[in-house]
Amino acid sequence: MTSRREFIKISVLGAGAIALGNGACNLIKSYKNGETGAVLTRTPTYCEICFWKCAGWVYRNPDGSVWKITGNDEDQNCNGRLCPRGTGGVGMYYDEDRLKTPLIRVEERGRQTFREATWDEALDYVAARMRKISDSYGPESIALFTHGTGSTYFSTLMRAFGSENIAEPSYAQCRGPRDEAFLATFGEEVYSPEITDIRDTKCLVLIGSHIGENMHNGQVQEMSDAIDKNATIITVDPRFSTAAGKSKYWLPVKPATDMALLLAWIHEIIFREYYDKKYVEKYCTGFNQLKEHVAQYSPEWAYGITTITPDLIRATAKEMANAAPSVIVHPGRHVTWYGDDTQRIRAIAILNALLGSWGRRGGFFRPARQELPQASLPQFIAPRRTWTDLFRGKYPGASTPVTNALIDGSIPENNPGYPIKGWIVNATNLILTVPDQAKTLKAISNLDLIVAVDTMPMEITGWADVVLPECTYLERYDILRTSPGRKPSVALRMPAVEPLNNTKPGYWIARELAKKLNLVQYFPYEKLEDYLDWQLKGIGSSLDEMKRIGVKNLEREYDDLYFAENEDVEFYTDSSKIELYSEYFAGMGFDPLPRYVQHEEPPDGFYRLIYGRAPMHTFSRTSNNPNLTDLMDENSLWVNPKVAKEWDLTTGQYIWLKNQDGIISGFPVKVRVTERIRWDSVYMVHGFGHDQKKLSRCYGKGASDTQLITKVHTDPVMGGTGMRGNFVTFVTDLTNEEKAS
Amino acid sequence: MRYVMLIDTKKCVGCSDCVVACQTENNVPIGYCREWIVEVMDGTYPQLEMEIRSERCNHCANAPCVRCCPTGASHYSDGGIVLVKPVECIGCGACIASCPYDARYPHPSGYVDKCTFCIHRIKNGQLPACVAVCPTKCLYFGDLDAPNSDVSQILKRRKYKTLIPEAGTDPQLYFLI
Repeated sequence: MTSRREFIKISVLGAGAIALGNGACNLIKSYKNGETGAVLTRTPTYCEICFWKCAGWVYRNPDGSVWKITGNDEDQNCNGRLCPRGTGGVGMYYDEDRLKTPLIRVEERGRQTFREATWDEALDYVAARMRKISDSYGPESIALFTHGTGSTYFSTLMRAFGSENIAEPSYAQCRGPRDEAFLATFGEEVYSPEITDIRDTKCLVLIGSHIGENMHNGQVQEMSDAIDKNATIITVDPRFSTAAGKSKYWLPVKPATDMALLLAWIHEIIFREYYDKKYVEKYCTGFNQLKEHVAQYSPEWAYGITTITPDLIRATAKEMANAAPSVIVHPGRHVTWYGDDTQRIRAIAILNALLGSWGRRGGFFRPARQELPQASLPQFIAPRRTWTDLFRGKYPGASTPVTNALIDGSIPENNPGYPIKGWIVNATNLILTVPDQAKTLKAISNLDLIVAVDTMPMEITGWADVVLPECTYLERYDILRTSPGRKPSVALRMPAVEPLNNTKPGYWIARELAKKLNLVQYFPYEKLEDYLDWQLKGIGSSLDEMKRIGVKNLEREYDDLYFAENEDVEFYTDSSKIELYSEYFAGMGFDPLPRYVQHEEPPDGFYRLIYGRAPMHTFSRTSNNPNLTDLMDENSLWVNPKVAKEWDLTTGQYIWLKNQDGIISGFPVKVRVTERIRWDSVYMVHGFGHDQKKLSRCYGKGASDTQLITKVHTDPVMGGTGMRGNFVTFVTDLTNEEKAS
Repeated sequence: MRYVMLIDTKKCVGCSDCVVACQTENNVPIGYCREWIVEVMDGTYPQLEMEIRSERCNHCANAPCVRCCPTGASHYSDGGIVLVKPVECIGCGACIASCPYDARYPHPSGYVDKCTFCIHRIKNGQLPACVAVCPTKCLYFGDLDAPNSDVSQILKRRKYKTLIPEAGTDPQLYFLI
């Protein structure tokens, strides 16, 4: 099949003059640089390098350029300490590869290319194509894929337009199974930032979660506090992660068998009567069914599956019981692994319930979130069809649209209930984010419109019809941050500098597009800052005050961070109890209690591909940041020494990887021979192996795990794309390999 | 007064925040650094131990770099902080060769550069940038001559080591183990 849409490498555009203004900053207190004595100004922001959204200060040099970014001491998310990515956020602003002006795909002499366009032209083009799709197929045939703060504006635009097909990869490619499992069990999710009370815990159990390598700032800080207080850390991971190195117990589990371990722990905690009887009796339902169900899952049974000895399973269960209720079996974050992920996280939720940690100090606290007055918008008209009409009955446990279902719905051969014909892609690089790239590209070839909103020429922009360059978070206002936390709080992001080149804030882009679509009534404020001021005045603050302080912490309405002694708690489940046995799951035709299912193992000569995070990068989006590439500019492939010996691999050698479907990595990856990885697996950091040449620092650096994840184990409950069931082998000589194939 | 830094290897996760915070605070050009992370592994899977350290200039009390500097650019400052005066430095590199910790680098502007313990911040009553930013709070800075300082108190109750003590440089970075 010839694809209509060819990938275009975004052409180099003339570097525009650097415009630096300081009009907005006259209220801001000045600071003296101790080294030079120069008078500096600082403005508040909250970080957009990851979803933790730490609040900080942007300091400017006397010439108006950005000097550094530091944390705001008052901020609960970071306590004055940004992580390396937040500190290196300056690089996102200075990156010379940034998108600079709107681009429209055109055909010149039979070759597709981008031409520079004005905002007016580009948005006219988008609006006309959106109208055309809407007229032919209905407004719901346009989908939004989105990530980050700008989601609010583009979601508003989509709903005003008549589509609720709004999906975030952070759901079906990441934390979705966790959210659904905790909702089903406790009637509540674990939020972001998570409500884990790590600061005061006595025992932290990490199931594949690599805190410290994921720099989810508050959690990393609190894990360190917990180490100071001699808390017990138990880490379950086939890899000797940084957290494993800090743990009292490291359980080097055989990959894909975590469920067996969790069930054995549940068995042990129930049959040794370690569980919190009072808590279970008062708050939980389905205990007897659970007890009967897990009778089969003894530590001896789990030993044969997990390779973790019964003694170690018992010892760790006892540690948890001793610490209870100040114990956290961490729900994790990126949990789309094997396709039964919602069930695995259910087992984690059940463990926490048995230990009585939910609602208890050192377990999970009750979050507080600041409410803000909201502008009254015209009613959104409910769309005729939603994502559930694409494939009826699929993923009944998903509480939000599933990215991969929308992608499937863009491929006519899949016979969706109606076609998806247009994508608006905001700040998410779908090509390196969603597994099974061939499917994504097939979907793209069937679309009438792709609009990419981004700051960088990510791979997805090369497939777009229109590229809309957004300015970075350092150059714009955004909605107020009201993260859930121990206290309600508000944080302000304001521009430290004017947008570089012809880039614009997301709010402006969405509103201008709304104007073209006659939907501007959904964006009543021309300037976002006027809206922020109105919202802030509604809670007794103001934009002026927030410019000075950046973060405002408020008091909780009630003193209810934890459950009170014998408190009658009503959970938001059907039974108003913590559901150990899930009638809800049973009703959907899924196992009401988690059970162990054996997963496929690597064939001979292949190794399970495990991927994870590095503390100095966020997904594939920071891999070109000059400050952060300086810390890490490529990923490496971790190989156990036994395996390296067998294959004659040495540290520093570059090799290619080939997966079970014959896909070979686009670029070679550097071998790191290390005892830190099991002999049946290999490991790499996600987010590298970019094949977009205009990302000049990261192009061709390292391998892309996403490219090698062609076998997707989809979670039937909520559509999560299980990505840890792919196997790779080593290719040391690509020429021979190519000849052979 | 004796300025020292403590690095708690039990807490350091090797995130490199100290490195990038130092780079932005001190305008260290990209491609160079005054700080770095070391990971030391021991054992065979699954019996493993790992130590992670954030390292920088040891601000030695008996600093070979100061002794060997032909121009006096390398010198001791307040509290024993070892500094380089860029205007007096001829970039000969003798100090780089003499440092057992490899803590110095040739700055592209022609002089030798290294960690200053952020002396400009200390004078303002602030902590060095790396200490202020560290998410795990594994870095401590203070005056070892003050018996009640955090650093004095922590060294009294925790086990620690210094790096390459056999070099006789009397290093002032203490690694808590």
